[in-house]
Amino acid sequence: MPADIYLNVAVGGVLTGLVYGLMALGLSVIFGVVRVVNFAHGEMMTIAMYIAVTLFSAFHLDPLLMLVPIAAVLFAFGYVLQAGMINAFITRPEHSQFLLLVALAIIIVNVLLILFGPDAQSVQTSYSFDSFQIGPLIVDATKAYAGIAAIVVALALFVFFRSTRVGTAIRACADNYTGALVVGLDVKHLYALTFGLGAACVGAAGVMLVLIVDVTPPLGPAYTLLAFVIVITGGLGSMPGALIGGLLIGLTEAMAGLLFTPSAKSMFAFAILVLVLLFRPQGIMGKRTTS
Amino acid sequence: MSALLTVDAVSKRFRGLVAVDRLNFEVPAGGIYAVIGPNGAGKTTLFNMIAGVFAPDSGAISFAGERIDGLPPDRICRRGIGRTFQIVRPFPALSVEDNVIVGALLHRRHVVDARAHAHEVLRRLDLYDKRAQRASSLTLPDRKRLEVARALATDPKLLLLDEVMAGLRPTETDRIVAILKELNRETGLTILLIEHVMRAVMALASRILVLHHGAAIAQGTPGAVVRDPAVIHSYLGAEDVS
Amino acid sequence: MIARLIEGVPRRALLLLGVLLVALIVAPLIASDYLLTVLILILYFAYIGQAWNIMMGFAGQLSLGHALYVGLGAYAAASFYVHFGIGPWLGLMVAVPVAALAGAFIGFLAFRFRVAGVYFAILTIAVAEFARVGFDHWGWTSGSSGLFLPVAQYTHNDLWLLRGHPVMFYYVILAASVLAFILCRALLQSRVGYFWLAIREDEEAARSAGIDTFHYKMVAVVISAAMTSFAGVFYAFFYNNLFPEQVFHISRSIEIILGPIVGGIGTLFGPVLGAFVLTGLAETLTAALAAAGVDLPGAKQVFYGICLLLVIMALPDGIWPWLSKRIGLAERDK
Repeated sequence: MPADIYLNVAVGGVLTGLVYGLMALGLSVIFGVVRVVNFAHGEMMTIAMYIAVTLFSAFHLDPLLMLVPIAAVLFAFGYVLQAGMINAFITRPEHSQFLLLVALAIIIVNVLLILFGPDAQSVQTSYSFDSFQIGPLIVDATKAYAGIAAIVVALALFVFFRSTRVGTAIRACADNYTGALVVGLDVKHLYALTFGLGAACVGAAGVMLVLIVDVTPPLGPAYTLLAFVIVITGGLGSMPGALIGGLLIGLTEAMAGLLFTPSAKSMFAFAILVLVLLFRPQGIMGKRTTS
Repeated sequence: MSALLTVDAVSKRFRGLVAVDRLNFEVPAGGIYAVIGPNGAGKTTLFNMIAGVFAPDSGAISFAGERIDGLPPDRICRRGIGRTFQIVRPFPALSVEDNVIVGALLHRRHVVDARAHAHEVLRRLDLYDKRAQRASSLTLPDRKRLEVARALATDPKLLLLDEVMAGLRPTETDRIVAILKELNRETGLTILLIEHVMRAVMALASRILVLHHGAAIAQGTPGAVVRDPAVIHSYLGAEDVS
Repeated sequence: MIARLIEGVPRRALLLLGVLLVALIVAPLIASDYLLTVLILILYFAYIGQAWNIMMGFAGQLSLGHALYVGLGAYAAASFYVHFGIGPWLGLMVAVPVAALAGAFIGFLAFRFRVAGVYFAILTIAVAEFARVGFDHWGWTSGSSGLFLPVAQYTHNDLWLLRGHPVMFYYVILAASVLAFILCRALLQSRVGYFWLAIREDEEAARSAGIDTFHYKMVAVVISAAMTSFAGVFYAFFYNNLFPEQVFHISRSIEIILGPIVGGIGTLFGPVLGAFVLTGLAETLTAALAAAGVDLPGAKQVFYGICLLLVIMALPDGIWPWLSKRIGLAERDK
């Protein structure tokens, strides 16, 4: 195979990886602050994907233009979910939280199945088959747009956490729950905001992903798993870690698909996860908590 | 070898901060030995090194004539050192009796034997009547004694007590002091304790080690230590300790 | 031995257990074929739930990848049967060590490198998924096209080769569930059981009480994996077909652990009760939706999910701890 095929596949993998990274970022933000593992993460993403597909097929609205409104819908969904349901579980044992979110995931997958059926659905935009050529490099337009959008959203989130009052307050909650209560922060509201932001992230990622993959209801659990793999590879709770983990897994999947067989690509992602857990359990960018 | 525990030039640093600095002392078999000092003096760090939570950076710790520094906590316990935690951590969902049975099973194969031994220990610590309660439902003084009971059930030769009197009222303190004295007298158990409550230290200890910034500034009998000018200056201050 | 097992158990609890056991023994005499398959499913989940509970309920290690041990057990026994004509009971001699080794592998890596809590759970998922994709591409077990056990009309029940009528399978899984229940009771009352509970409650305190936590956590994983692999062998010979996509899938792992969580983690009767409640619920929903004329794929799962939500919100410790208090049978060992 000529060398530029490797390069093309690698670049495609990196761009898809950026979207994966954004999806994982949502999971990481939620875990980092609320300390709840969102076992319904991929399922929430498929909600956004189906909204995007429906808006496109009904009104011909381009998914990228709908990115902000759909992310806002997911934000509201996440906020209500955390404030109304999950918040009562934050002090309960892990398996209890797990069951809650698994029940939620089962409901989401099957409601989508009832509404949209089992067949794969996709979006065919005017630029679906466009590509850019840079020297020997050929990049799909959809992947390029999706990758750029992922970077923009991630940057916006970084800025929010670094330089706004609310962002700082949320980070304070994550560092010291009791301390945050003592200084009078409305922790419940901040947790709900955080869960909403995490949901908005994964919603935005879903809208971008609609350009690249077809959506079916069972995609949800598969992406939940992928988000775990990425987040732990990058470092649970680390924002840059989620993006880097996404890149790494996106690249690995693309190369494995090219060199071996596409159906075995997730095996390599899991192999990376196992290696990371064993040799750097805190993840690539994570800080080791003192035990 | 009359010393049961020997701490020889032991040092420990955390990120450049010296927590324990070339510390030397010996605990004789059968004695009650107290370590006192202000917060941050390195007392708990010292305990954690003896109990195997982490290894010293340099120096040696020997128990009954053998090196134990660097061994993991479970192996150190099996050698005969029992410990309590400063912030008590009984097994919350287990009954008082089961908490102590866990300790008693260390050197006993059968639960029946362990239960018998646990009952003996529980009686000694005035917890026998509460044996069926969940550990999480106990009051703080009871939980502190449960912590001692669990450690004691492992049949230690040396018992490390990390502030077991802290937060107790004087009557409860006296009760533990009496129990520990009796244990020491009747079974020859050696006790090494960290304590802030001077009333208990003066009543119990045959020797006292005063730590300050990780180093020993005084060692000796209680009477001698409280009159030591360096101790008065750095730790006891103007407090009346008689 | 028996005296020790029932020591401290309230009379009424023994009586109820006895009644339940007798009812289960005579059930095939009156049950329809449909009800019999439902009961087999219930006992199957009760059995695996019990095995999983050893790891999570006793030793406090959350495994979300128990489908791995089911799959390994199923594939080991089934391939030996298909390729060499070796029957399931001899196949167990392969299935159990293979699953136990896999458990030991995961346990060794995780406990040595201090992979704990959520990280441990995700490691178990990852290994199971790794196996799923691996088996999809492994020719000897027919890869993703599935491994099929030869099925023929059997005129009699061959217990040795596990070929025959569902009633035979029913009694096999009933016996296994009863044995698992007794084994768990015996384990809880033993030295290792006490050490597991101590580790579950507070690992650091357990270590300072002299417990070699690494060793006892390994014992828990290996026993749990070995027990689970038998369920895999049963699955293979009962359903006669195996697809990696099905047996190793994460949704199988989740299915396995819903019962004990709903029933009550760490209790002996929780996994049994959970299996009855959840499988019963699923079947009732199917029947109710059919009666109502609703033919929507997914509708049953939506109701199932809602019921799970309600249970976990109302009874976070599971049904059995609440129910046993209500009927005056609180398990003393928890």
